[in-house]
Amino acid sequence: MKKLLKGGRVVDPRSGIDGPCDVLIDGRRIAHIGRDLPADGATVVDIPSGLVICPGFIDMHVHLREPGQEHKETVATGTASAVAGGFTAVACMPNTTPVNDNANVTTLILTKAAESNLARVYPIGAVSKGSKGELLADIAELREAGCVAISDDGHPVATALLMRRALEYAGMFDMPLIEHCEDPTLKGDGVAHEGFHASSLGLRGIPGAAEALGVERGVLLAELTGSRLHIAHMSARASIRAVRKGKEAGVHVTCEVAPHHFTLTDEALGAPIAYDTNTKMNPPLREAADRDAMIAGLVDGTVDAIATDHAPHHYDEKQVEFDRAPFGIVGLETAVSLTLDRLLHTGLIRLPRIVELLSANPARILKVPGGSLTEGAPADITIIAPDLKVRVDARSFRSRSKNTPFDGWELRGGVAATIVGGRTVFANAATGLQNL
Amino acid sequence: MSVTDTDTPPLTALRSKDLLGIADLTAAEITLVLDTAEAMKEVGTRPIKKVPALRGKTVVNLFFEPSTRTRTSFEIAEKRLSADTLNIAIGTSSVVKGETLADTALNLEAMSPDMIVLRHHSSGAGHLLSRICRSGIINAGDGTHEHPTQALLDAFTIRERKGRLSGLKVAIIGDLLHSRVLRSNIQLLTKMGADVWVSGPPTLIPAGMRDFGVTATANVDEAIADADVIMLLRIQLERMEGAYFPSLREYFRVFGMTQSRLRLARPDVMIMHPGPMNRGVEIASEVADGPYSVILDQVANGVAVRMAVLYLLAGGVDHEEAA
Amino acid sequence: MDADRIGRTLTRIAHEIVERNKGVEDLALVGVRTRGVPIARRVARALREITGDEIPTGALDITLYRDDLMRHAVGPQPLVRRTEIQFSIDNRKILLVDDVLYTGRTTRAALDALIDFGRPKAIQLIVLVDRGHRELPIKADYVGKNLPTSLEQSVQVRLQEIDGVDEVVLEGGA
Repeated sequence: MKKLLKGGRVVDPRSGIDGPCDVLIDGRRIAHIGRDLPADGATVVDIPSGLVICPGFIDMHVHLREPGQEHKETVATGTASAVAGGFTAVACMPNTTPVNDNANVTTLILTKAAESNLARVYPIGAVSKGSKGELLADIAELREAGCVAISDDGHPVATALLMRRALEYAGMFDMPLIEHCEDPTLKGDGVAHEGFHASSLGLRGIPGAAEALGVERGVLLAELTGSRLHIAHMSARASIRAVRKGKEAGVHVTCEVAPHHFTLTDEALGAPIAYDTNTKMNPPLREAADRDAMIAGLVDGTVDAIATDHAPHHYDEKQVEFDRAPFGIVGLETAVSLTLDRLLHTGLIRLPRIVELLSANPARILKVPGGSLTEGAPADITIIAPDLKVRVDARSFRSRSKNTPFDGWELRGGVAATIVGGRTVFANAATGLQNL
Repeated sequence: MSVTDTDTPPLTALRSKDLLGIADLTAAEITLVLDTAEAMKEVGTRPIKKVPALRGKTVVNLFFEPSTRTRTSFEIAEKRLSADTLNIAIGTSSVVKGETLADTALNLEAMSPDMIVLRHHSSGAGHLLSRICRSGIINAGDGTHEHPTQALLDAFTIRERKGRLSGLKVAIIGDLLHSRVLRSNIQLLTKMGADVWVSGPPTLIPAGMRDFGVTATANVDEAIADADVIMLLRIQLERMEGAYFPSLREYFRVFGMTQSRLRLARPDVMIMHPGPMNRGVEIASEVADGPYSVILDQVANGVAVRMAVLYLLAGGVDHEEAA
Repeated sequence: MDADRIGRTLTRIAHEIVERNKGVEDLALVGVRTRGVPIARRVARALREITGDEIPTGALDITLYRDDLMRHAVGPQPLVRRTEIQFSIDNRKILLVDDVLYTGRTTRAALDALIDFGRPKAIQLIVLVDRGHRELPIKADYVGKNLPTSLEQSVQVRLQEIDGVDEVVLEGGA
């Protein structure tokens, strides 16, 4: 089955393409990329003007909640949410119930993903058994079963010593260790960013230093071991400083920022809805200087990836007092629009950089296929509509959970279609795409 | 076009159906509450301390934290206005095991109370309740966020003695970090034009204090120099465990309000404390029982202020009806 | 009515009070806020001129006793002012004073309020103007002027102490 995506603009920085270009898909793979390709028996899909064809986006930090927390999300609903958000692949964190610290859970996740047959799923295995921070998990077994990285996400690796060992051990496979950076004693029982807004509202604060301390520790250990470290969901300006210094010193450290951390600040705690539990996540929304530092890092290259930290929670769980609510918000179905609206249309970064952040770099860090539209590669393609007017409507999310602070937001930019392995798994008719 | 046979007093209102915090009140609204409280105070001096203003209205006192003082004060206020009161005290263990606040609220709502007076250990609990219930919500203290009626009665007490709030130097000393009374008082006093100083151990000063429009210092003497009013906040004995300060003895030595320290303030200084007091920790006994202390007045004024709040929130007037 | 008329009317009422009560023993005046208060004070002054005695005078705010309060879930409340009755009303004859008697509801509220203060021997009602249209069985014992009105009209009493001028004006209507 051949499909020719004709007359569109392709942006693929790894291949050096940014301009009008056709893409020929044959079965599950990309057959040919070039200008003015002949149809040659393929179904021709005319790409409406304004749409942009990119290598499939990869969200390297999501929580699919299966096994064990299916009331929040399942692999099926999570991958449906992913493709609706323009992601052809996601990497899912191991803090399920039970924790993904063995081949059985990894295999379960992969089986469910194959059954749903929507986005690709790359499981991330635990660093320690049960993520308890005592004994190393069977990392080789996890890798063999299909894990692409290790993490004890939800909390930092319990001790510097354990983190060192994990980095060394995983370094054997060149697997990155993805770290939730935090000093637990500084974080304490805090629920919001330590600052004026938390103080006004009487919410216990978490200082930016709590995260930065964890980043500093990680960078030093990555330097010591020579292994690869990836900083998850960065939010504090002191963290970016530490990453920059590490990179300058040649340490193998990469980092990601979530859309809410380059869009919102702790002002959202009080307005428009006071004590909105959909503004509660860890790390928290911080002050303007931190948000601006994240943006600066996205612009200057210090930040490698945009990843959502998609954390679904059931409505009942969030409909409680702020300090009792679980941390986290969903993000798969708002990430692309927020990125386009807040970073592209403000003139801060251009499309090639966006593709780097959403596709090329995640693929490189996780060492998974994708990130570029090369001939012979799987046809994982994201078509975006940068000028599409989008109104966020949480009720129409494919995710089982609707815990987002962006409900009702009017944004410029959205997803036109998501193609995984040559199959169109999501198409937005409003963009004028037909036949896909 | 007036159809009344006596001049109708000007209609006045609070903009919201709830009182969740002083942060939501304008200076004019604060003045309205204080003026109304003056009239309400007089009711407490009559032989029959009752007026029919809230007759037929149901007020639920929903207390998730134990509190004899505040609850009693509200109850008396409600009864003086002839309202029907219902006290619900919820032990913390049942919160852990049983219903969520949201479910408790929905159950209550089904009985259509006119007002709910809520005290809860989580900041923002009143806001959550207000989104769920149609009844008006009065915040009687939520976590470390606000305790608006306390600040209003403090302001009433100050205004009664000093005749005004604007231009007074008010010093608030103690565990600022964990105090909801502090946040309410800062909001109120700055809105009414007072010069507010706050002081306590640096470990107990909340982040961003400067943005509240007050002067924050760990130097108590500086804070109380020439002060017109000194408010002392309670030091909870458990705070020592969080390494906020080394010992109660040291706290008293460095920050405690003693007779001698008091000489730095103005000769007619008022000493206030929301209660209950830790004698020998934040306040020396001689000071608590001394002539400057208005602590008992605060308690008396609490009923009047709460009556005013209940009256202003609990109902409306049909302008067209004849008087 | 102009200032002169008002003055003479109140003097006449003061004489009626003395005659009817055979003196001023046990009498006290309570003015209903707002304009009943200055009228009560003027009556007290007139009584002092006639008898030489000081009649205790108080001010009553009846807002909290109104029957039209709380009829709507949200909305403004009438502003409550202080009641000042510094004497005991037990066993006294209370002369309740108001500016205009219309439906009678204000008087009913005032009676309720007074009863909460004690047990007077009797209550008599003084009004400057009676404009008719009673909705309750209330009648004044002393009336300054009977002024028949239609429902569309309004009676405005203005007093020197509050409005800077003494006059009674009929406004509106056909």
